[in-house]
Amino acid sequence: MSNSQTTTTDHPALVHQFDDMVQQKEASTFGMWVFLLTEIMMFGGLFAAYLIYRLKYYDAFVAGSSSIDVTWGFINTLVLIGSSLTMALAVSAAQRGVRRQQQVFLVLTMVLGTVFLGVKAIEYKQKYDEHHIPGGFFQTFAPTDIAHDLVEKEGKTPEAASQIAERTQIFFCFYFAMTGLHALHMIMGLVLMTWLLVRAGHGEFGPQYYTPVELGGLYWHFVDIVWIYLFPLLYLINRTHGK
Amino acid sequence: MSSTTQPVTHVMPARHYLNDNYGIRSWLLTKDHKRIAILYLFSITFFFFIGGIFASLIRLHLLTPGGELFQADTYNKLFTMHGVNMIFFFLIPSVPAVLGNFILPIMLGAKDLAFPKINLLSWYIFMGGATFALIAMVSGGVDTGWTFYTPLSSGYVKTNVITMAVGILFAGFSSIFTGLNFIVTTHRMRAPGLTWGRLPLMVWANYAASLIMILGTPVLAITLILLALERGFHIGIFDPKLGGDPVLFQHMFWFYSHPAVYIMILPGMGVISEIVTCFSRKRVFGYSFIAFSSIAIAVFGFVVWAHHMFVAGISVYSAMVFSLLSYAVAIPSAVKVFNWTATMYKGSVSLDTPMLYALGFIGLFTVGGLTGLFLAALGLDVHIHDTYFVIAHFHYVMVGGMVMAYLGGLHFWWPKITGKLYPEAAAKLAALITFIGFNLTFFPQFILGYMGMPRRYATYAPEFQVLNVFSTAGASILAVGFILPAIYFVWSLKYGEVAGPNPWGATGLEWQTSSPPPTHNFYQTPVVTEEPYYYGTEEEVRVVQ
Amino acid sequence: MAGQVDALYLFLVLITTFFSLLIAILILYFAIKYKRTPGRPAEQIHGSTLLEIVWTVIPLGISMVIFLWGAFLYFHMQRPPSNALEIYGVAKQWMWKFEYPAGQREINSLHVPTGQPVKVTLISQDVIHSFFVPAFRVKQDVLPNRYRTAWFTATTPGTYHLFCSQYCGTKHSGMIGEVVVMKPADFAAWMESGKAEGSLAANGEKLFQQFGCTTCHRPDSGARGPNLEGLYGRPVRLQDNRVVVADDNYIRESILDPNAKIVNGFQPIMPTFRGVISEEGLLQIIAYLKSMSEQSGQPLNNRTSPTELRDTEVPNVQQQMQQDNQNQKPPGKQP
Repeated sequence: MSNSQTTTTDHPALVHQFDDMVQQKEASTFGMWVFLLTEIMMFGGLFAAYLIYRLKYYDAFVAGSSSIDVTWGFINTLVLIGSSLTMALAVSAAQRGVRRQQQVFLVLTMVLGTVFLGVKAIEYKQKYDEHHIPGGFFQTFAPTDIAHDLVEKEGKTPEAASQIAERTQIFFCFYFAMTGLHALHMIMGLVLMTWLLVRAGHGEFGPQYYTPVELGGLYWHFVDIVWIYLFPLLYLINRTHGK
Repeated sequence: MSSTTQPVTHVMPARHYLNDNYGIRSWLLTKDHKRIAILYLFSITFFFFIGGIFASLIRLHLLTPGGELFQADTYNKLFTMHGVNMIFFFLIPSVPAVLGNFILPIMLGAKDLAFPKINLLSWYIFMGGATFALIAMVSGGVDTGWTFYTPLSSGYVKTNVITMAVGILFAGFSSIFTGLNFIVTTHRMRAPGLTWGRLPLMVWANYAASLIMILGTPVLAITLILLALERGFHIGIFDPKLGGDPVLFQHMFWFYSHPAVYIMILPGMGVISEIVTCFSRKRVFGYSFIAFSSIAIAVFGFVVWAHHMFVAGISVYSAMVFSLLSYAVAIPSAVKVFNWTATMYKGSVSLDTPMLYALGFIGLFTVGGLTGLFLAALGLDVHIHDTYFVIAHFHYVMVGGMVMAYLGGLHFWWPKITGKLYPEAAAKLAALITFIGFNLTFFPQFILGYMGMPRRYATYAPEFQVLNVFSTAGASILAVGFILPAIYFVWSLKYGEVAGPNPWGATGLEWQTSSPPPTHNFYQTPVVTEEPYYYGTEEEVRVVQ
Repeated sequence: MAGQVDALYLFLVLITTFFSLLIAILILYFAIKYKRTPGRPAEQIHGSTLLEIVWTVIPLGISMVIFLWGAFLYFHMQRPPSNALEIYGVAKQWMWKFEYPAGQREINSLHVPTGQPVKVTLISQDVIHSFFVPAFRVKQDVLPNRYRTAWFTATTPGTYHLFCSQYCGTKHSGMIGEVVVMKPADFAAWMESGKAEGSLAANGEKLFQQFGCTTCHRPDSGARGPNLEGLYGRPVRLQDNRVVVADDNYIRESILDPNAKIVNGFQPIMPTFRGVISEEGLLQIIAYLKSMSEQSGQPLNNRTSPTELRDTEVPNVQQQMQQDNQNQKPPGKQP
């Protein structure tokens, strides 16, 4: 399993269906890109539905956006961008075959990923306390609170406020669907990182073969990019009622 | 030269992919694309017969207008589960996951697909989905129709919608992984000399279908997830009482489900290309036109979804756009039919069973496709939408088309897959019975539809009875036509004549290796120097053992 | 109209028969004529670009004819004539309820006269249904969140099937009825017999008062809501300067989701009546508003569904509104 093989055809990681490591790397990379394309289509469908409802229930979605915490969202954005940096460094370390660095950067990536999930847990708990989780629970408690805020802080009339408040449930449904699907992908990413960490610990990666780390990095960057879209779409745009 | 008996009596090769390893573990943990294809063969055949049982019960029930056989609720479950089974657990995987999995790597001169473990995973995911679907079926069924329109499915029925949705979700992921595998394999693992312009049309067709699989299925996934959330939590995404839009569901659903029909038919068309050329001993007429029309169908297929919604409440202007595009997507299919017909011109035609199925396909798909033009015509669709006309149309393309193509392909490659020949006389008889039974079942339904019989009706107006009786009579004949192959294929495993590497005298890399092939497909990586379908004049096709 | 649909159908049947027979005959002919015989090899023909072009262009041309024909018919189907007899229909699992402006009500049957266009405005109380009368070649999905209309002119007296053609649950196949077409004289007689419960508009007026609509919707200048007299079918300018037409869907939305469209110059203070007024009640109020506006002029256009004008129409409409403002009293309080 050393990193100083002179012939690529003998590499222990070469699987039977490929002729050589070059073909294996090209095929694996292409496969990962195709997979990410399918993920884009899935998130894309969700985003499209979200945008359609945002246009339809503009006021309610503004109310929803302003009730989620930009600070936590921003922290999470920094955390994820940071984790992409550490991931890229891990790929670089794998490329150079430096085992220690690979492990350190993979662990750091996982730590940051876990921090992200922790912050999301805090946010979800906040939503739970405010009765913003869609469903029967929401319908009993939330509309009055949201309506109250709309009257006090935004100067809406009580009638308009109560109607807007009813519709914010749709916002929260999309909020949880979008961030939930994203968080699920983060968790899968953490599992992937664990597997890579174990293999890196065995010294499997080096200049001749670092594809798994590179592709794991691709996946991780993709999850990051989804968040880069989520954050503005959910948190940033139209937080206030200026038109 | 002849395509049937040669002076040589063939023997089975000593070692091949079926006997290389024994034991359940060697099958359930296999990475061999050929074994995975066999696993899929068992699974989808099972679901075909389940769906077929539902179909038989439907046709029996519809013998009388008063619907005395089943309660309305039961009948509603029967047609829902017939649709779900047939579409998601039979048609979509059929040619790609069975024939494609088996033959594509061999056609490309590769040892396996790009990602064999993902291939096996896709079968397990399929079986997981199948388990959920079976659970949904036996624990009360689903009665929303396979289209799951909201708000009926999200808030008004009490059946196992979520369980079934999860099952379909899994089947969708299985489909995505298969498509991903095919795309990467086609791009990256072609044998030396096998350029895109030399690919068999089966590869082109599966490639185009794979494009649709990877781009369209994720949207179905998210639609089903949102449906499940709505149904579970009563949220208001599609329920108008809570501010949702039920027509949005239809848009999202059909955005996948229309391209899905092209996932189903394109691989079948690939099979037809292979069969027609072999049994005419002629290169395919207009190779590049057929190849590119596959891609065109895939592309156009994505922009016509709302032709399922002409009376659903979309605007007149968008209806016109979708109608126009629907005519555009019909043209490439027409081009293919003409090209296949022209392939037979001045050919050397032999009407073996695969060719019978292929010719049946060409005729029936033409009728089915042309009746699609009726449905794409806005003013006419208003009348025939949601009637038996639609049912007849899609059964002509799916059963008269796709199932015939699948059976044709199964007969064509059966010798390669098993090393044995099926009994030709029985097979020809079954093909004929299927053709007759099919037409008798579904042609009356065109008339029923135009007369105004709506679909999904457990009871119907008495004037529709005569045609319904004809249809049921046809169904009983069709059932025989489908059961016969099941019997003689199994028979052939033990008693069939040994096939030899190339019983049909066909070109193509798969016929250059033994029947059944060795586990690693070829003893030496083949090098391709000729265009596809090179049927030289007097020469025997060279065989490499 | 049914005859025209049948003509298109016949044309398509001819095309289908022609091409299906052509292909079937060709493949059978080739299979026989070019049957495999020893000593006669196949001729390896590559293809013919000319032929490819021919058999792409011809089907394309035929398709375009079919498309235009079908589109023309569809367009016509979406435009009910302005003199149509209006009937309202509410679909629910698993029955059809029809109401006439003069107050007649029917369940699962619809009486109409010959020779008179009939426009049915439909809504569902629960799931999506579909109003299908095969004899008239008319079909329209009936949605739970907005009105859709279907129109036809019956020509021959008789009884015809009415089917629900969008699967709607257990008794979907039982949600059927009949359309009874009568000669005008017979129809008038029938109409006389069923007015017991009062006209739709009269009931609508009662609801209008019962729910306190008159509190805000008054003609005087101090009213907190826009005056609704003369509203029906006229353009309305909204707070964000969009101009919409006050049709059935607009009125229904204004009652159930008032905050969605606020009229220019008014505050968003109208409460929602969702869950309080039934679908029938909404139809009665609409009928009432329509009757209030009948004297005030023709509806702006015939379109069955859009509630928004296209940008190109706005200048004309606004000009018209200016003129109306000068000719009549203003539609509501101006800031």
